[in-house]
Amino acid sequence: MTALTDLGIAAIRNGVRDGDFSAREVAEAFNAAVAAAKPLNAFLVETPEHALAAADAADAARAAGEVLKPMAGVPIGMKDLFCTKGVPTTAASHILEGFTPEYESTVSQNLWNAGAGMLGKLNLDQFAMGSSNETSYFGNVISPWRRNDGGNAPLAPGGSSGGSSSAVAARLAPGATGTDTGGSIRQPAAFVGISGIKPTYGRCSRWGTIAFASSLDQAGPMARDVRDCAIMLEAMAGFDAKDATSLDLPVPNWEAQLNASLAGKRVGIPKEYRVDGMPAEIEALWQQGIAWLKDAGAEIVDVSLPHTKYALPAYYIIAPAEASSNLARYDGVRYGLRDLPEGANLQEMYARTRAEGFGNEVKRRILIGTYVLSAGFYDAYYTQAQKVRTLIARDFERAWDVCDVLLTPTAPSAAFALGEKSADPLAMYLNDVFTVPSSLAGLPAMSVPGGVDAAGLPLGLQVIGKPLDEQGVLNAALALEERAGFTARPAKWW
Amino acid sequence: MSVDTATVRRIAGLARIAITDDEAARLAPELGNILDWIEQLGEVDTAGVDPMTAVIPNHLRLRDDVVTDGGVREKVLANAPQAEHGFFTVPKVIE
Repeated sequence: MTALTDLGIAAIRNGVRDGDFSAREVAEAFNAAVAAAKPLNAFLVETPEHALAAADAADAARAAGEVLKPMAGVPIGMKDLFCTKGVPTTAASHILEGFTPEYESTVSQNLWNAGAGMLGKLNLDQFAMGSSNETSYFGNVISPWRRNDGGNAPLAPGGSSGGSSSAVAARLAPGATGTDTGGSIRQPAAFVGISGIKPTYGRCSRWGTIAFASSLDQAGPMARDVRDCAIMLEAMAGFDAKDATSLDLPVPNWEAQLNASLAGKRVGIPKEYRVDGMPAEIEALWQQGIAWLKDAGAEIVDVSLPHTKYALPAYYIIAPAEASSNLARYDGVRYGLRDLPEGANLQEMYARTRAEGFGNEVKRRILIGTYVLSAGFYDAYYTQAQKVRTLIARDFERAWDVCDVLLTPTAPSAAFALGEKSADPLAMYLNDVFTVPSSLAGLPAMSVPGGVDAAGLPLGLQVIGKPLDEQGVLNAALALEERAGFTARPAKWW
Repeated sequence: MSVDTATVRRIAGLARIAITDDEAARLAPELGNILDWIEQLGEVDTAGVDPMTAVIPNHLRLRDDVVTDGGVREKVLANAPQAEHGFFTVPKVIE
């Protein structure tokens, strides 16, 4: 018999519904897997009792003959950027250490309402700032993958949702929440060989999610396949009056409308996504992806997104600018850490608390953000970046005149070793070169595993869609998934 | 653009982050490199382009001007590093 922890969201939901196993058995199996996986450092807090309570509710509902909720019996991992009532929430920072929210984020509440249970809170890059999970105050997350060279170098699980990617890839959870500001769902999904979708900006409420860059942040699911992502996204999304940027639109039945036939669809290949120094394996995978989508019935068209090269520098103005404003709330007064030396005044308390509580990457971004918003530089940097953002969005709008979705690689390389890029912030930022443009334009985008490189590490393909066309993205991703037949998984060493 | 330590100190002051001399010396070239790199945005001709204000067209919703929650003082103060008499406590600001 297949181990319960080998099952994805759809298989668990169906199995619980059909009585093949109980939800409690599922929760117990995943709780045990979580407890046995400490070397990965994926979980900051374990909540086995939460998972068991949701499981027992699902089993009771089934016994009573009720129609089960969409994620009844499915335990998930929760990125520790979502506030969870009564469960510590730190955003992997020292400054929020000890913070226990008195409220529940809308996304997590939506998931509980759908019957899901929580296995625990997942590690991440501090305040979601990073692409490797090396900025967490609570230590690096380790990818379950190893290169096949026998060297056993600990690899980055991607970031910022690296606890989520590591947990799903290591079969500690069938699915996990992620958040994506510039690629923080898609790049880690690609690094560990799982799927993840960032929906259209506004699909998922940001209420109760610790803010990084408000005009970019968007929650999404990370899971083992496209169907599981569709199920979980349906549960997470929806209008929320508490978030002024939440879209007041019904949530489509994405799972029910999954269709891998792309007949009559046009797939755009943006020529500007061929960057200097990109490994031949990434280019080869991209060509393979094109062939797969042709096989699914799509017509392939070349498109140009001329402002692509300016997306990353624009992002590294806009995101830090918003972060410097959002993170001003951490000052030692209302929650979290307070550093108040004897005789210090209020200003000194703020400055000492923030110096003590923020990690280096967070400070770096706050300082960049403060600089670009400061008097004399605001127009040259911030206003110019927002104008470039308009041009980037316009590039995509023009592309939609000739195609329905875009196909690109997800990341410019496979997972790198921990420590390999952490000394050079710019080298780290370049990891997000393919994911940032669609973030700036608010578009839905998804990564699916396409294959492995020579070292046996997963590589991802990215599908970018029109605003609100998650269905088109999921369908193209499903076509890729069916043809890629990706079954590689990390050998257990933890 | 080269960033000197005096600039780093000024920005850190605006950002309310205490920094040491060593940190200022380390941050100056780091921030300089990042700012040099983002300078390339200056190449883009943005004449006549409006800065983006919202990624997805969305009307600003207004709600009725009524209290929809409240009376949760204990919850608001629950995570305060220091609270007294129902208030957040801070160092003395008026002599």
